[in-house]
Amino acid sequence: MSASIRIGDSISRIDGVEKVTGSAHYAAEYAIPGLLYGWIVSSDIAKGRVLSIADASARAIAGVVEIITHENRPHLPWLDRNYSDQVAPPGSPFRALYDDKIAFSHQPIALVVADTLEGARDAAALIEVTYEADTFNTDFEVALKEKFEPIRKRLGFWAPKSRGNAVKAFDAASLKHKGTYHLATHHHNPMEMHAATVHWRGDGKITVYDKTQGPQNVQSYIAAIFDFSKDDVRVMNPYVGGAFGSGLRPQYHVYLATLAAKMLERSVRVVMTRQQMFSHVHRPQATQQVSLATDQAGRLQAVMTEATTVTSRFEHYMEGVCNWGLMNYACENASGKYFIAPMDTYTPGDMRAPGAATGMTLFEIAMDEMAYAAGVDPLAFRTLNYSDKNAMDDKPYTSKALREAYAEGAQKFGWERRSPAPRSMHDGRELVGWGMATGMWDAYFMKTTVKAKMDAEGNLELSSAGSDIGTGTRTVMAMVASDTLGIAMDRISVVLGDSDLPTSPVEGGSWMAASTGAAVQVACHALGERLLDAAGNIEGDPLSGAKIDDVIFCDGQIIAKDNPSRSVPIESAMRASGETTLECEETAGPGVAGLLSMLRVSRNSHSAIFAEVKVDEELGVVRVTRIVIAVAAGRILNPRTARSQILGGVVMGIGMALHEETLMDTRFGRFMNHSFAEYHIPVNADIDSIEVIFVNEPDPDVNPLGVKGLGEIGIVSTAAAVANAIFHATGKRVRDLPVTIDKLL
Amino acid sequence: MRMKAVVDNVANVAPAASIASQEFPIHFQLNGIPVTATIAPWVTLLDYLRETAHLTGVKKGCDHGQCGACTVLIDGRRMNSCLKLAVTADGASITTIEGLGTPEALDPLQRAFIEHDALQCGYCTPGQICSARALLREQHAKTREEVRELMSGNLCRCGAYTNIVDAIMDVLQQEQKGSAA
Repeated sequence: MSASIRIGDSISRIDGVEKVTGSAHYAAEYAIPGLLYGWIVSSDIAKGRVLSIADASARAIAGVVEIITHENRPHLPWLDRNYSDQVAPPGSPFRALYDDKIAFSHQPIALVVADTLEGARDAAALIEVTYEADTFNTDFEVALKEKFEPIRKRLGFWAPKSRGNAVKAFDAASLKHKGTYHLATHHHNPMEMHAATVHWRGDGKITVYDKTQGPQNVQSYIAAIFDFSKDDVRVMNPYVGGAFGSGLRPQYHVYLATLAAKMLERSVRVVMTRQQMFSHVHRPQATQQVSLATDQAGRLQAVMTEATTVTSRFEHYMEGVCNWGLMNYACENASGKYFIAPMDTYTPGDMRAPGAATGMTLFEIAMDEMAYAAGVDPLAFRTLNYSDKNAMDDKPYTSKALREAYAEGAQKFGWERRSPAPRSMHDGRELVGWGMATGMWDAYFMKTTVKAKMDAEGNLELSSAGSDIGTGTRTVMAMVASDTLGIAMDRISVVLGDSDLPTSPVEGGSWMAASTGAAVQVACHALGERLLDAAGNIEGDPLSGAKIDDVIFCDGQIIAKDNPSRSVPIESAMRASGETTLECEETAGPGVAGLLSMLRVSRNSHSAIFAEVKVDEELGVVRVTRIVIAVAAGRILNPRTARSQILGGVVMGIGMALHEETLMDTRFGRFMNHSFAEYHIPVNADIDSIEVIFVNEPDPDVNPLGVKGLGEIGIVSTAAAVANAIFHATGKRVRDLPVTIDKLL
Repeated sequence: MRMKAVVDNVANVAPAASIASQEFPIHFQLNGIPVTATIAPWVTLLDYLRETAHLTGVKKGCDHGQCGACTVLIDGRRMNSCLKLAVTADGASITTIEGLGTPEALDPLQRAFIEHDALQCGYCTPGQICSARALLREQHAKTREEVRELMSGNLCRCGAYTNIVDAIMDVLQQEQKGSAA
């Protein structure tokens, strides 16, 4: 078959067969002769220092090769900048086994290396550590007393901007709502635990198979710390078992595996335990105070929001929490303030829709409360206060089809049949609640390079260092190429996840499809020009005189637009080039004009989420029986994988609404529920009907493909829609997520 | 303040390595092939399959029987292979995802998982499919609700649950039709 496909067709993911047959290899799944296993020993205390590590009985276990601690580790650099990475916040990055200091509970303090996994694990259990414990704080309420506005901002951080006089307007308004909202700590918990296999090749070079969202980020990190030339470190992550942000920064497993490999000059694998997965990055706990005021008709007169999120003592992690509500609604008087509060934990980090999943979600619960206070239907309240522009920055959007999302979502959900009063809807003995909320995320476009290479048979290979963490990047890349160059999908292969390949940013922020897709398009355009040139060598020159704009590439042919009978098979053009391969490496990015336009015009995706819950009041059990989410995110490249992205965000949002919270034992400074048995993510039985609608939102201005990205918008405010539905069902307003049973009884 | 922490009670037991690391011969069928292996009692079936047999389609997601990523079929029944010591599989017939189907000859469930996009990162997928194969054999699930309930031992953080149920219902109906015909 030579039929090419079009962008927008529904296509099965091209790496599906590898994934369903178990032939896709993840970081801990590379067999290397003589491989050693590292087992991480974690600190029992939250702060202080290690006094002694007794390892004699551990060393007596058969097969133990070395026990690495701060006392016997090889040389490590002193400067912070060696430990930084592309996405590090300001501060002093954590360095494992550097010295005797302990900065957080479960900090790695030793690595047992043995020739079997079991030997390493058993030996690790025999190590005895004595500590000198220091005082610490992991109580959020106490930390709030130390909150501050960081002077040095994280790269890409936009501080909330105030307008008008919100305090005065709030005081003068007739209808008001003021509430303090709280979001629990979350852990990403990808199904694959963080792991790295370091192949010590013996020629001064290493190959690192890592669970990361950015192989080139890990490459430069490892090179800078362990004194390798970048060319001698190859980092590969062709398959990543989920990450959700946990793989943006290099984690300590890859550091420890490389440290051991270098020290022992052997290949080493380190896999974190599920418990250790709770010892590093997480979504910070947050509090947000929202004050809203309207006139009698329900028009917003004042919006005030103030939020604080947790950071560590050694880095200043921050996220845009307050901005969303200020951007999304028309109101002349608005203010926002954002603080961070340090605790003695590991540094929190980006987790799916960082900032928005927290700030917009909590804000949208407040909006629901204000709607009730003003006596306006929650959906009508949002359309009444709709803003066509970014109200915070006073900038137009490249597009904003949120109105359409509200309308299509409401229609599909049947919102008009909702009876407004809480506790007014029932299904048998269960209370029924209908709630809704608005979601919002950024549409980024990042500089990315892709190589398109055609072989003599006309097969196309696309390659880039970027990662596909389950998002479907490989598939949409092939689709863009098929559409651009007229090649059938089964003749296109995509190679990702290798630091040796053309430069790509870390996979995050929902920017991959827009950025990599644009790079695929320009690389394929360039290759198309070479093929058209080569077609000139064909006898009779059927396309004689045709320039690139005069032809289309479709179904394996180069076809003259003005006369479709003039055409050349792409394979013939390839043969006519006389080359065994044709290669074009091209970079797409916003460029200067794009960067300037970003200062003038806002780029955002939007969503409207409608939730139905059924609540057993005697047991306090909430079931989310129905979600309808309408998403305005520009052009949809592949509806099949796009829908899955939204489903995934919604499921995580339901977790956020009902289940997910990492609980701190402040006496020990440790997260207590560090397992899947006690940190509840949604299971199959928790998830019922989810309908995804993509509203029509053509947007030629946002980026070359008109794509806004879908990895994050699905989680934003889903929990608010559920919490608002719970209020509608029960009359109980819970301002503290998750809404667990105890809060309803 | 000084405090002493003993990592685990294991520290108080005489070094167990001499017993635990001693290898025992066992025999089993692995994806239809008879295997004789000498395995130490401290090796879980999961670690044996991944590290020794290199059947890395079997995934480790928690090592505690909480996530289902390591699900394999033992004599046709689904089991978390992290909860079983390899030496206790003596005489058993073990099927992993690699034995369920191949790229050239996919199990109908594997095909349905691709068709319904019942996966994203793919890490929980082999366990989901093995679990679903046993579920269909058990014949307890006829409805979506029953499938959701009986597939709840297999976690999916990418949130593909609705598509997983679609894929399983698709095959369940195909196979019901097949057996009725």
